[in-house]
Amino acid sequence: MRALNHWATLSRWVLCTPALLILLLAASGPLLIVLVYSFLSPGAYGGVVWQFSTEGWFRVFFSRDIFDGSVAPAQAHLQIFWRSVRLALLTTFFAALLGFPTAWFIATRPAGTRELWLFLVTIPFWTNLVIRTFAIQEVIRNQGLINSALLNSGLINQPIQMLYTDFAILVGMTYVFLPLMVLPLYASMEKLDGRLLEAAYDLYASRARVLWHVIVPLVKPGFIAGSILVFIPAIGAYVTPRILGGGRNLMLGNLIELQFGQGRNWPLGAALALTLLVIVLVALLIYIRLVMRDPERDHG
Amino acid sequence: MTPNVTQSDIEIIDLSKIFGSGDEAFKAVDHISVHIPDNEFFTLLGPSGCGKTTLLRLIAGFEQPSSGWIKLGGQDITALSPNHRPVNTVFQSYALFPHMSVADNVGFGLRMLGQSRRQIQHTVSEMLALVEMESLASRRPAQISGGQQQRVALARALAPRPRVLLLDEPLSALDLKLRKTMQTELKRLQAETGITFVFVTHDQQEALTLSDQIAVMHNGQILQVGTPQGIYNHPAERFVADFIGDSNFLSATVVQTNGHSAQVQLRSGAAIRASLPSTLAAAVGSSVTVVVRPEQATLADQGVLQGTLEQSLYFGTDTQMQIRLADGELFNLRRQNTIGQPALPAPGAAVQIAIAEGAAQVVRH
Repeated sequence: MRALNHWATLSRWVLCTPALLILLLAASGPLLIVLVYSFLSPGAYGGVVWQFSTEGWFRVFFSRDIFDGSVAPAQAHLQIFWRSVRLALLTTFFAALLGFPTAWFIATRPAGTRELWLFLVTIPFWTNLVIRTFAIQEVIRNQGLINSALLNSGLINQPIQMLYTDFAILVGMTYVFLPLMVLPLYASMEKLDGRLLEAAYDLYASRARVLWHVIVPLVKPGFIAGSILVFIPAIGAYVTPRILGGGRNLMLGNLIELQFGQGRNWPLGAALALTLLVIVLVALLIYIRLVMRDPERDHG
Repeated sequence: MTPNVTQSDIEIIDLSKIFGSGDEAFKAVDHISVHIPDNEFFTLLGPSGCGKTTLLRLIAGFEQPSSGWIKLGGQDITALSPNHRPVNTVFQSYALFPHMSVADNVGFGLRMLGQSRRQIQHTVSEMLALVEMESLASRRPAQISGGQQQRVALARALAPRPRVLLLDEPLSALDLKLRKTMQTELKRLQAETGITFVFVTHDQQEALTLSDQIAVMHNGQILQVGTPQGIYNHPAERFVADFIGDSNFLSATVVQTNGHSAQVQLRSGAAIRASLPSTLAAAVGSSVTVVVRPEQATLADQGVLQGTLEQSLYFGTDTQMQIRLADGELFNLRRQNTIGQPALPAPGAAVQIAIAEGAAQVVRH
């Protein structure tokens, strides 16, 4: 019996080895490289010089005047941090707002047809993200579908500037990340026992209160999973802000790319990438703390 | 129209519920009219698929009828949604809210009615005391046993003081011993609260034990309504006699009728007196079916039926005898086991069967 346990333990470890190796090489390894690079000096034509420096981290938060050397907070960076967090939060919010009824619609279809609806939700994934984003550009640009329609109908005289604004980025990201909210929400709604809704309805709850007191708390795991799946890629989004935000509305992803490209400041790029990681972790901790609150208080 | 608050009787008028349409249309409830009196333990009894749960869901408001009306205390509630009906349901699966404590489950209806915190607290502890669950008030449904969940479901449905409590096979998930305890509990709760209980079950024993009145359902219709004694002793339909208790069905010919009873001639040639349901008109000379309960027949020296004893089955409190009649039919006879009874005849022995006066009943096929 004891020998058997020993073998079971051993085989578990052996079976885990590939996964552990991948985690070690593909996740921890690159992260470690980024961490090391963030403490080195930038090379003149990109790359790094192996010389210890905290300048990269310093430049994340502060800028130094090139003439008199005076130090000031890096307004541009802080603005981009804030825009990234704000747009990611708004994207998560709108994805939840649109995803909830969508997932509910699918979960309440007859058992045989749900798979078809889910399949339809995944269809956008078949087309390359860049192409889909350019398609949105076609819809919202000044001579695009929406503005042409509004101009022709006489509702407006001047095209509404939608492209190259934060609004455009928000629309694009909500569109791109919506399925990531719908799928986990659907998974938790499908498990929902319909008799609980009847019980609440029977106990004098209006439809709105059935939603708020029974459905929402019970699909919370789906909300949490969906929010995390949307928020993390949204805050680091690169393609969508690049195409729809133009050059002016940068997000963290674009800022980081800039340092490794034209900026030729790899240590700053590495430090910015790690700052993004910290922002994500802190946001997740706050979020989980918020939603995991004692549910007893949710319905006083 | 002001509803009479003291009257909580339910009147169901020509109610139908059809699921699907065209060729696949299924009449779950087929033109039912029935009156459920105030402050009664009323049972809907029938096999699965007879429409009893659909009828209950129509009263609760979860289903909308295809036609017909439902009145509560004289007020038409047919068009009201479930949250506007002073009617609460105890579900078969209990349907307790898994994310709330026992106390919050019981208080849910009161919160939705907008009662004050103090009032809710008071009623919740009162209800938990009623079902003896005070000590587990802060537990989650997943942390208590099936029987305890059943009690919480009862307390939750009773807390808003509904005028009618609907119970959808609430005991079917419990084991036999717990079920017996809960049966007594339900009977006590109905008496203590004075609320009209409409109870759905397929268990005839449960129905006989608990009910003031039973409605026997079959194929979306109510075949017979009556007290347990009335239904058991005077089944009007063959289906009712067959579904509730054990029965012997004998073919007979009507010789003479007078109001509530008839003189019928059995195939053995003997004539006996049998009760006649008021809803059944049997002409002289017509062939009918007569029901005799196994415990209403006895072995005798001079009986109305003759046969051979095939086997005796001993059940402790009583013994059941299977007798092959002269016409080939099997007749079941049950004898209470008491001390000092004459010994049973051996299998294969010729026996005669006597039927107690008033025990035979003519039924509709």
